[in-house]
Amino acid sequence: MQGDEACAEGAIAAGCRFYAGYPITPASEIMTHMVRRLADVAGVFIQMEDEIGSISSVIGASWAGAKAMTATSGPGISLMTEGIGYAVITETPCVIVDVQRAGPSTGQATRPGQGDVMQVKWGPHGDNEMVAFAPWSVQEMYDLTIKAFNFAERFRVPAFVLADEAVGHLRETLVVKEEVEVFDRFKAPNLPPFGTEAPNGVPPMPAFGEGANLLVTGSTHDPWGFRKTADSAVQARLTERLVLKVQDFKSEVIETEAHLLEDSEIAVVSYGFTARAALQAVKSLRKEGTKVGLLRLVSIWPFAEEAIAELGKRCRVIFVPEMNRGQVAGELKKYTTTPVISLPKTNGEVIEPAEIVEGIRRYEV
Amino acid sequence: MNEKIFQMINPQSFPTPFCPGCGHGILMGAVLRAIAELEYDMKKMLFASGIGCAAWIPSPHFKADTLHTLHGRAIAYATGAKLFNPKLKVMVISGDGDLSSIGGNHLIHAARRNIDMTVVCANNGIYGMTGGQVASTTPIGSRTITTPGGNLERPFDLCKLVEASGATFVARQPVATPVPLTRTLKRAIAHRGFAFVDVPSPCPTQFGRRNAFRTAYDMIKALKDSCIPVEKAKGLAPAELRGKTIVGEFVNSTD
Repeated sequence: MQGDEACAEGAIAAGCRFYAGYPITPASEIMTHMVRRLADVAGVFIQMEDEIGSISSVIGASWAGAKAMTATSGPGISLMTEGIGYAVITETPCVIVDVQRAGPSTGQATRPGQGDVMQVKWGPHGDNEMVAFAPWSVQEMYDLTIKAFNFAERFRVPAFVLADEAVGHLRETLVVKEEVEVFDRFKAPNLPPFGTEAPNGVPPMPAFGEGANLLVTGSTHDPWGFRKTADSAVQARLTERLVLKVQDFKSEVIETEAHLLEDSEIAVVSYGFTARAALQAVKSLRKEGTKVGLLRLVSIWPFAEEAIAELGKRCRVIFVPEMNRGQVAGELKKYTTTPVISLPKTNGEVIEPAEIVEGIRRYEV
Repeated sequence: MNEKIFQMINPQSFPTPFCPGCGHGILMGAVLRAIAELEYDMKKMLFASGIGCAAWIPSPHFKADTLHTLHGRAIAYATGAKLFNPKLKVMVISGDGDLSSIGGNHLIHAARRNIDMTVVCANNGIYGMTGGQVASTTPIGSRTITTPGGNLERPFDLCKLVEASGATFVARQPVATPVPLTRTLKRAIAHRGFAFVDVPSPCPTQFGRRNAFRTAYDMIKALKDSCIPVEKAKGLAPAELRGKTIVGEFVNSTD
């Protein structure tokens, strides 16, 4: 099965019953698979007039009670960004799949890239604590889409599947589990839908039509949804909670995978499709006796800062191959004083294992 | 009836934020009266709005589910909610800048789809909340803060735009005639399919004082006097219709 199709299968398994999208390479296959699969489960599909319409109707459907998703690529994420910020402040669970292509702008639509790492984190204005996963296989396109839905519901946030063209169009065997762990939003009719006593709580979420007289607004609001656009205490409490409700529980989300790191002096940190090449590179260097290992970031946001700090203490240098000019390499430098060497590639082609081997050798000479 | 209307409003939302002389309060009353006369259950209704003065008509005033969305996006948000829960009776109430300029794409596509919702455009021909900038509905020659020498661009006729896009109910009634307005809103709300009502509503604060209307009364009187029923307008030449507000039902079909 193809990665994009596996993503759609994961969404259905997680309980997704609403999809809105707009055609874009290399994410269109998710939409074309969803239209057929949603028909099987009596879900709702709509092709909207643009990506702004897609994210808007996803948010509307989520408040009507749906687990809802859209999928796109870089240009579509740019258009959706204001809506994603609205989902942050209104605490609307939804899943956004970004099958990254080579940018900037229209760039190379059919070629892979990893240039949206910072965009999905810092696209919307104001503070946030985003949730994003970076699948490296068809299996993970399925598994991590389910996880994205679960954390979207758990924290009432927009959650990203940050894929890339190479993994989206990859064909591999997919193993579908008989039972999938699924998290659903909780309801509590007498509690406020936009505030909690705890500074890091997740409030209950009623749906439209249930008699809750919901007041949903993108303006700063009190726990019942009343606009408070000049109250600094309400602004502070809301914006702090929107971050802390994820940040204080980030260990639930953060996932890394260690390969051959036990005795390593040199580390490679990678994610998405590039991590496959990184693993090959590490294995071939090991054959020559180089003590090198790979730390793969399965989740990208919240960032695995403790794992990076720990890695920095154990290794004398960290290499970061990625299909951008060093977005994650730069993030690493916030959490370790160990030298971090970026191995960027931005020509629209995937990174080859030999290129990573060569990059490490060049430094080690 | 007034008792019934007050029960449909969140008491903590008073006083309303509208300026003295603003037409939006009349529209708010007309919408609630129409719903009350139709005996619809507010608990089964969803009111979506965008950004601007008119978007505050339902949110937070209406005791129902309200969705105060991003600028221009109310119809797209409402589309998602309506599709997932078709039992919801969905109304979008927003301004002319919100619905027809930044949100124009969603307006024409919702009309094309003939999705079952009622869209009410509180049309004051100006960006009021942000200080009185020219809109896509501002008449030619009108002075605004961004057209100090008079507006050079032609305005949209929103009823024609929405009709050409495929809406199955299209009407215009200004706040200056609240009884026909309420009657029209009732028909629009009860209509199955995409219903659009253009509601000219004066903005004395941002439009009136820059365009030689000395009082809010002068403005609403001028609006009322400019009205001509669609049936009467049919036989008139374009020159005779200049400056007129054609009111009535333009489309009412069950297709």
